[in-house]
Amino acid sequence: MIEAPSPLPPAAAVLPAGRALRRGLRANPLLLAGAATSALIVLAALLAPLLASFPADAGTATHPFLVLHAPSARHWFGTDNVGRDVYSRVLYGARVSPLIAVIVLVIACVIGIPLGVAAGYFGGWLDEAIMRVTDIFLAFPPLLLALALAAVLPTSLTSVVIAVSVTWWPWYTRLIRGQAASVAGRPYIESCRALGLSRLRIIARHVLPNSLTPLIVQVSLDVGGVILTVSALSFLGLGAQDPTPDWGLMVAEGQNYFTTAWWVVTFPGLAILVTAFAFTLLGDGLRDLLDPRRDFGR
Amino acid sequence: MTVYVARRVALAVGVVAGVIVLTFLIARAVPGDPAATWAGPHASAAQIAAARRYLGLDRPAPVQLLSYFGGILTGNWGMAVHTHRPVLSDLATAAPASLELVTAALIIALVVAVPLGLVSARWPGRPADHAIRAGSILGVSMPIFWLAIILQLVFSQRLHLLPAAGEYSPGLLFTHPLARLTGFSLIDAMLTGNWPMLGSVLLHLLLPALVVAAYPAGLITRMVRAQVLDTIGETHVQMTRALGFPERAVFGRFAMKLAWNPVAAAVALVFGYSLVNTFLVESIFDWPGLGSYATAAISTLDTPAILGVTLFIAIVYVVANLAVDIIQAAIDPRVRLR
Repeated sequence: MIEAPSPLPPAAAVLPAGRALRRGLRANPLLLAGAATSALIVLAALLAPLLASFPADAGTATHPFLVLHAPSARHWFGTDNVGRDVYSRVLYGARVSPLIAVIVLVIACVIGIPLGVAAGYFGGWLDEAIMRVTDIFLAFPPLLLALALAAVLPTSLTSVVIAVSVTWWPWYTRLIRGQAASVAGRPYIESCRALGLSRLRIIARHVLPNSLTPLIVQVSLDVGGVILTVSALSFLGLGAQDPTPDWGLMVAEGQNYFTTAWWVVTFPGLAILVTAFAFTLLGDGLRDLLDPRRDFGR
Repeated sequence: MTVYVARRVALAVGVVAGVIVLTFLIARAVPGDPAATWAGPHASAAQIAAARRYLGLDRPAPVQLLSYFGGILTGNWGMAVHTHRPVLSDLATAAPASLELVTAALIIALVVAVPLGLVSARWPGRPADHAIRAGSILGVSMPIFWLAIILQLVFSQRLHLLPAAGEYSPGLLFTHPLARLTGFSLIDAMLTGNWPMLGSVLLHLLLPALVVAAYPAGLITRMVRAQVLDTIGETHVQMTRALGFPERAVFGRFAMKLAWNPVAAAVALVFGYSLVNTFLVESIFDWPGLGSYATAAISTLDTPAILGVTLFIAIVYVVANLAVDIIQAAIDPRVRLR
């Protein structure tokens, strides 16, 4: 288990992991609810072909005689404007924006962590240079920068991944930099240097592992935020295009029929809400468990 | 204090300069030839070349950057393709409606969130606390474009309680036309004593403001809870308890006093976020602000307009954060030493 950051190891971190987890779950029913719902969503994404009543409807299928049917025993969430089963499309949607969120967060970590560790550990002009650049990115509300980028790039899911990743990494650089700078000043890092360990080894084996806990918490809190951002871009027509069963896109398409067919808008939007809610509950609970002293940052 | 303010202002100016450079780079990231787009689909090679010269795209990049910078500083933000008007005057026309919407949303958010945060902090771990925490996470997890459609469906289409769209009832244009003084409809209606118009704007404002309030309400509730729980153990707060103040006052007056500072910072932050969230809400409610302008610009691939809105909101965001920093430093000397 990773050591807790300064100033004091929280009680949960010194307990054996299993007991700490059980105690945390009992004290925080919200964490339990979040973890269970998140697991269900991941399962739904994995088992979509088995669970969907009309798997072909997630693709290019159209059914001109089933247009805008209300929810029924056959079509649990009704059908959309070209007769596709909304329930099947919502299920397959669990494979679109949540997966994009994971890709975005991995890219943001891959860019953000090395820069943050370098800035925090080496300090000096390198630190100044990296942090002034992140300041510029952080001067935009996240959705704004992602939107501007996605709007000028060609419309595709790849552009969405690029736009949101470019927006997200500076937050992690700043977070890791603060941690790495405080770890770099500790006596045990000084002893590593005195022992003649290489800089790379000190950073990789000692500084990085001891800086990661708050990042893990933040990343898990951000899953919901990235899903919301990606869905917002799709809603504005800047992401997934038609046959893709993306929730944000489905809400945008259903908007044209919402006065007569409420179900086309309602269920995909509900899926976004439940997914973002579940992952945020999970991240929030993890924060209480791993790192109870940090405030909700943004 | 002067040194602190000067340093903060200098940093903000640097960040704004960086923001301008970044929007310039984004504009150059547009695939394809902007001159060809500008000249239109059936332009001849000579017309495209003329467009390139007219737009200054034949000059070296650093020169283009300098002239872009100069343009931003002198108020020449380029021409919007979809309105055929200067971007800056478009923004000046659209901004008041959005600022009214976001201000109304933040007032709603504060009125709801501060008491909820206090209740949550006063009985931590109890059912009320769990419910409020879940509610606040629901607020920050809300896809607000969806919430906007659902509320419109329920309150306008089904219950007929609130108007579905627009800034005021169009009939009032004939009976009580609004004199434009400041550009802010609510303020203009009040200044000219145009009460039917004021009532109509408030009614039309309610639904979009509620939708935009969802995120800030969730965020501020969490913030108040965390801050009050942090400060409730402090000696001077315990002191007020020992002096026999009722629990209500210990939480609401003394612990909350220390929480206002971070809450104010969060409000500045969330003001910028909410301005962007209007992009997702205004076009649904046909509210004539920056959001509607931005969505129109996005759907017509109007790059100068998109970057203009982006730059404008980024600058508002930097200035709002700067203002809060300076106000906090003026109130609380400890901030200056950080």
